[in-house]
Amino acid sequence: MTKQKLVIVGNGMAPGRMLEFLFDKDKDAYDVTIFNAEPRVNYNRLMLSPVLSGEKTYEDIITHGDAWYAENAVTLHKSARVSEIDREAKTVTSENGITAPYDKLVIATGSNPFIIPLPGKDLDGVLTYRDLDDVEKMLAAAKRGGRAVVIGGGLLGLEAAAGLKMQGMEVTVLHLMPTLMERQLDPSAGFLLEEEFKRRGIDVRTKANSHEIVDDGTGKVRAIRLDDGTEIEASIVVMAVGIRPSADLAKAIGLETNRGVLVGDDMRTSDPDIFALGECVEHQGMCYGLVAPLYEMAGVIADNLLGETSEYTGSVTATKLKVTGVDLYSAGDFVEGDDREEIVLRDASAGVYKRLVLKDNKIIGAVLYGETADGPWFFDLLKKGTDVSEMRETLIFGQAYQGGAPLDPTAAVAALPDDAEICGCNGICKGKIVSAIKDKGLTTLDGVRAHTKASASCGTCTGLVEQLMQVTLGDAYNPAAVTPMCGCTHLGHDEVRRLIKSKELKTIPSVMQELEWTSSGGCAKCRPALNYYLVSDWPDEYADDYQSRFINERVHANIQKDGTYSVVPRMWGGQTSSKELRAIADVVDKFNIPTVKVTGGQRIDMLGIKKDDLPAVWADLGEAGFVSGHAYAKGLRTVKTCVGSDWCRFGTQDSTGLGVRLEKFMWGSWTPAKVKLAVSGCPRNCAEATCKDVGVICVDSGFEIHFAGAAGLDIKGTEVLGLVKTEDEALEYIVALVQMYREQGRYLERIYKWAKRVGYDEVRQQIMEDAEKRKAYFDRFVFSQKFAQVDPWTERVSGKDKHEFRPMAVLQAEAAE
Amino acid sequence: MNAETRNWVEIGDLTDIPREGARVVKTKAGCIAVFRTVDDAVFALDDRCPHKGGPLSQGIVHGTSVTCPLHNWVFDLSTGVAKGADEGSVPVTAARVEGGKVLLAADDLARRGE
Repeated sequence: MTKQKLVIVGNGMAPGRMLEFLFDKDKDAYDVTIFNAEPRVNYNRLMLSPVLSGEKTYEDIITHGDAWYAENAVTLHKSARVSEIDREAKTVTSENGITAPYDKLVIATGSNPFIIPLPGKDLDGVLTYRDLDDVEKMLAAAKRGGRAVVIGGGLLGLEAAAGLKMQGMEVTVLHLMPTLMERQLDPSAGFLLEEEFKRRGIDVRTKANSHEIVDDGTGKVRAIRLDDGTEIEASIVVMAVGIRPSADLAKAIGLETNRGVLVGDDMRTSDPDIFALGECVEHQGMCYGLVAPLYEMAGVIADNLLGETSEYTGSVTATKLKVTGVDLYSAGDFVEGDDREEIVLRDASAGVYKRLVLKDNKIIGAVLYGETADGPWFFDLLKKGTDVSEMRETLIFGQAYQGGAPLDPTAAVAALPDDAEICGCNGICKGKIVSAIKDKGLTTLDGVRAHTKASASCGTCTGLVEQLMQVTLGDAYNPAAVTPMCGCTHLGHDEVRRLIKSKELKTIPSVMQELEWTSSGGCAKCRPALNYYLVSDWPDEYADDYQSRFINERVHANIQKDGTYSVVPRMWGGQTSSKELRAIADVVDKFNIPTVKVTGGQRIDMLGIKKDDLPAVWADLGEAGFVSGHAYAKGLRTVKTCVGSDWCRFGTQDSTGLGVRLEKFMWGSWTPAKVKLAVSGCPRNCAEATCKDVGVICVDSGFEIHFAGAAGLDIKGTEVLGLVKTEDEALEYIVALVQMYREQGRYLERIYKWAKRVGYDEVRQQIMEDAEKRKAYFDRFVFSQKFAQVDPWTERVSGKDKHEFRPMAVLQAEAAE
Repeated sequence: MNAETRNWVEIGDLTDIPREGARVVKTKAGCIAVFRTVDDAVFALDDRCPHKGGPLSQGIVHGTSVTCPLHNWVFDLSTGVAKGADEGSVPVTAARVEGGKVLLAADDLARRGE
């Protein structure tokens, strides 16, 4: 029997493995010829990262050396890129003129790195990360030093970044999505990974959209510019945003292609004598870039080449990041779903995050960070579809685990360092409290308060102090039950707020990780609360998460029962003018707004506006000088005033003027719940200031400041804070009071409830008597206003969040054909 | 499942929808809310809460649930069934992502039109 001829186009890892399978089964079935566009033998592409980082050399990663080809009588044409395939004559011809006939052909052309079509993409110094040539270019660049900018925070990009850093370059990673490796990792693990890279001195920027690569004037890279205008100096730019199946050759010879070369389950293309293998393949809509599926395909083709009938049925894939010192493993499908359950284990002190996704008592997905030893075990259970109901309780602890104790709710506090501040009011750190408990034999909360002053002022750290007592005293102490924020945590609002400060947590995923949230993504209760706490505590650093805000704050209008919106422009201190009123009248006519109403806060409310119309309504209002009235915000709403000494015969001070001043100073600030102010020009109190969150009654001798009133679900007259002499003082004291509330209030807790909880005297003491504290509150408010006083309507008129106001698609016919 | 045998209608790019957010698709039989979860799964429900008609597309998306913006009913995105003590459900339109495009099942869309 004459041997059949097998020709392979491409000499990557997949055909290499296919030949191993083939030769194992029947060494003599085929005469094999390989065309390789690269001038090399077969090497292990997965090991490029260790070559880049200097941990391995090219020689270390060769899979099949020249000897192997000789031994197996394989003809390897190096540097021979195939340019023609004649399917009639069954021949393959390369650019350099070598022709080989075939009986069976395997196309394994692999993939090409995806080049983002940025201006400057062709400059000298713009590299990709795909083969050894790329690695050599990067190593040469690293010798010259400077900064490398890696575009892409996926597997390849991060490995390139870590390698370049180890070669001594400064490295910046730009990633379009909010978290790294979002295709393989859930946001919690992505966050941990980002922290680790930052710890290594790699500058990671998420949500970073590249705009252009900047020329240094000689055709070389000088910098990269982002959409927001930021410019980052760069001596090289590495594009590692993904790969595209290389299907051009297959397409040119008339095989069916889509994204990749289309194959059936037998791995045959639309020509039964031609197989396709590896990254160039598209099978049932999937293209694979990881090695395990490619090896599975290789096995199927080897079988089918020998006349067996073997089928490829798609692969579940597992990913491991190959960066020394980073333990990360991800496998399968970790999207949540109704029919799925999750098991989450977080150990904040050890930096461990593990999440298993189960369906019908079987593991279908796993994400492990920090401790990945059980990854292959989970992956094995996943692939085999093992029923895990028997070991469910202890599954997450891994293979070696038998039995086990319940998780300790005080672990987060126990893990705090001794110098972590527990009581912010009195500056008391953990070590001081613990040593007081031990040295003085304290067993009660009052005892700790008396000896350390911790939790003796505003009381928000009470829960933490109690947990410390439990950690220190064990069963000898039983803390009062704390109401948890929501079902995702055992911690109450106050503990969460304190820990956000003392552990310097600055993102929602970091709060959830460090405070050991029991759900992977929070819920509609905790997410808006956490978003507020972070906005309030880190005004300059925290990036507001709009998807964690209620719809009213997301679109800056008030949703009504029929899904339309109402719009309330700001009228400073309740004053308006003919120009403003005319503009409102025009808007009402133009947009057929059905209802116009004067509100209790001295504003004009336009109701029944279609969501799609909001930006246009704001554009017209903006032209008349209006800005958002924040009638939808957990923030400063209105300052209501009477006309005061300008007009009123009883007026003692310029109450309108003070109201306008307060409103101009405080607008835009976010608060735990809505805040409404009023200023009355005399004790007749026409502005009804004594039922407001903060009110001012002007008197001849100055300004009487009131707080903690309510006229809603509860009715409550205000408490008097104190009397100040000047308008400047009134402003400072009121702002300080509101800042104190911003820092201590629980989300959705109005001022009157907060003040009652912490004690009216405590508030008076801190604001009226402690000048230093008052000044500090005031300064922190002023600082946060730098970032808060941006008119959201103007932003949206200029295009921000435009997706919110347009349908994604309009389907005409229902397209059922 | 039998994704191959169904007809699908493309409505736009996955990236048109913010993560943990939703967009509206207008149809003759009323609006559909198309949701994208934090890990890029998509789901489509009628944009109408069975309680008081609230637009679910405007709610907060958490995990694979959405909370109605009007009265905080919570629905499972994959089944459209209300969670917790509330009883009710919203019609589901099968949705999937292919090649970065969001697709809705044509037969589900047609059924809504009847």
